[in-house]
Amino acid sequence: MVGATESPNQATKLEVRDLSIYYGDQPALQNINLTVREHEIFGIIGPANSGKTSFLRVLNRMEMFVPSMKVKGQILFGGRDISKWRNVYALRRLIGVVFPLPVGLPLSIYDNVSLSPRLAGIRKRADLDIIVEKCLRRAALWDEVKDRLNSLGSLLSGGQQQRLTIARALSQNPQLLLLDEFSIAVDPVTTMRIEDVLKELKKEITIILVTNLVQQARRLADRTAFFLSGRCVEIGETEQMFSGKTEDPQTQAYLEGRFG
Amino acid sequence: MMIGTNRPQSIDPAKLDRRDAAWLVDKLVQVVVFIGGISGIIFIIGIFVFVTSEGIGFLTSTFKFTEFFGSIQWRPTSNNPTYGILALIAGTASVTGLAMILAVPFSIGAAIFIAEFASGKVREALKILVELLAAIPSVVWGFIGLSIMNPLIIETFGVPIGLNVLNSGVILGLMAAPIMTTIAEDALKAVPDTYREAAEAMGATRWQVVFRVVLPAAKNGLVAAILLGVGRGFGETMAVLMASGHSINLPTSVFDSVRALTATIAAELGETAVGSEHYQVLFTLGILLFLVTFVINLTADLIVKGVRKK
Ligand SMILES: Nc1ncnc2c1ncn2[C@@H]1O[C@H](COP(=O)(O)OP(=O)(O)OP(=O)(O)O)[C@@H](O)[C@H]1O
Ligand SMILES: [Mg+2]
Repeated sequence: MVGATESPNQATKLEVRDLSIYYGDQPALQNINLTVREHEIFGIIGPANSGKTSFLRVLNRMEMFVPSMKVKGQILFGGRDISKWRNVYALRRLIGVVFPLPVGLPLSIYDNVSLSPRLAGIRKRADLDIIVEKCLRRAALWDEVKDRLNSLGSLLSGGQQQRLTIARALSQNPQLLLLDEFSIAVDPVTTMRIEDVLKELKKEITIILVTNLVQQARRLADRTAFFLSGRCVEIGETEQMFSGKTEDPQTQAYLEGRFG
Repeated sequence: MMIGTNRPQSIDPAKLDRRDAAWLVDKLVQVVVFIGGISGIIFIIGIFVFVTSEGIGFLTSTFKFTEFFGSIQWRPTSNNPTYGILALIAGTASVTGLAMILAVPFSIGAAIFIAEFASGKVREALKILVELLAAIPSVVWGFIGLSIMNPLIIETFGVPIGLNVLNSGVILGLMAAPIMTTIAEDALKAVPDTYREAAEAMGATRWQVVFRVVLPAAKNGLVAAILLGVGRGFGETMAVLMASGHSINLPTSVFDSVRALTATIAAELGETAVGSEHYQVLFTLGILLFLVTFVINLTADLIVKGVRKK
């Protein structure tokens, strides 16, 4: 692991100020304040309905898809307020997203991974070939699909599709990668391989990892936030949290699995 | 059973064989549905057998393949009758072709707008409008061709007659467009929103989402929509009869009058003696139409099925 990435005063990649999210009048998330540093894996854990997915959604302004969703507060990405970013498409290209349930686009495997570079204007087949292979290798999928790159991505198994979406997110060459319970459809061995890739990746990019597996947060996250019923109960260094030095007893209870 | 009693659970064998109400209703419904489905097939076969039996007399006697398909001499009532349908085929093909050239881009565009861009009231209004258009009877379209398009074409292009390929092509295009739009829109709507969301999350713009993800995903449905439109145009009779000029011609421009296969049958069948050669020839045309429409619809169907398999 690279020593410099661990230093506490490294640059801030994402800053969230007083963020609240509502569905209609129902609050899903209230008064969140946090910062995510460059080159860290920022873990978010918490029980169902605590607002983790809603949080990720607003980071690349995907709230537009849910008309009832309202966002208050500020999100600064690279120091700029994302709500003032006129070209949301440019913002989204900087942020890769992996959804909990894999969405293999109904295109060939090759086209799934090369779509984003194509949208960004890369045309040469040779360049695309390189990107496709690199991203599929990183997502631990290359060996399984290298002989059938032209078959439909949506025909892959659930776990393979999930890795395909990871490859697709990587193909954007993102600065920030949002992973929402990525291992939900992936077998344990592959999960471990992807976790290794994430550890490698953080040398280059910043990662926010939402996970239901507290041990996964422990393995990967530099710092971890605990969300509960729409509030951020605690943010801390992962090591400290898991060595029993939690600020809030609820966090301790959740980590130990003593929780509704 | 109470938890913790560990008693083995037994299954009453009589229960497994009992014909209860739900079982009976299920069987009954199966029979009814089977009869319904079979009767559809029987009707189609019956019609085909009827049309074929009426036309078979000609097919087995006077019918000469090269004359039938290669000659433009359609003179069924002359003393020395010739039955060349090349001009009729050309008439149908040119009118349907022009209709598709006009209607396909328009319908697909309208479907994309309704399915992907219009929202709320605009979308509902458009859908109702399209359905209304689809419900206009073909004789009304023919009337529009005769009384509005005809003088309009004469005036605009300075041609002697306005009943021609252009007129009937436009009319047929207008008639086919609503059906094609509706089916194409269904195909687009069948593309799950998760695809759109995933693509937009990658930074694709709305247009990029439509062109790179939604259209490829809906491809088969769109092709089926177009084929059904072609079938519609091909089989249309009344409007074409009224708007095409109904004169035998190998068209060299859109301002030539033509005669369509369907219109020929409609116009001439009433004046022939049942069982005469002319009568039989018209039924032979019917067989031809039947086969072509059947192939078009079957292709459309297979393509739609192809979509489901994937
Ligand atoms: N589209 C929506 N419309 C209305 N309410 C929603 C919508 N999506 C989420 N919510 C509500 O917002 C709250 C937070 O949901 P969210 O999906 O962010 O939770 P989560 O922490 O990701 O849960 P999980 O671990 O089950 O994925 C929940 O109470 C949920 O009911
Ligand atoms: Mg979630």
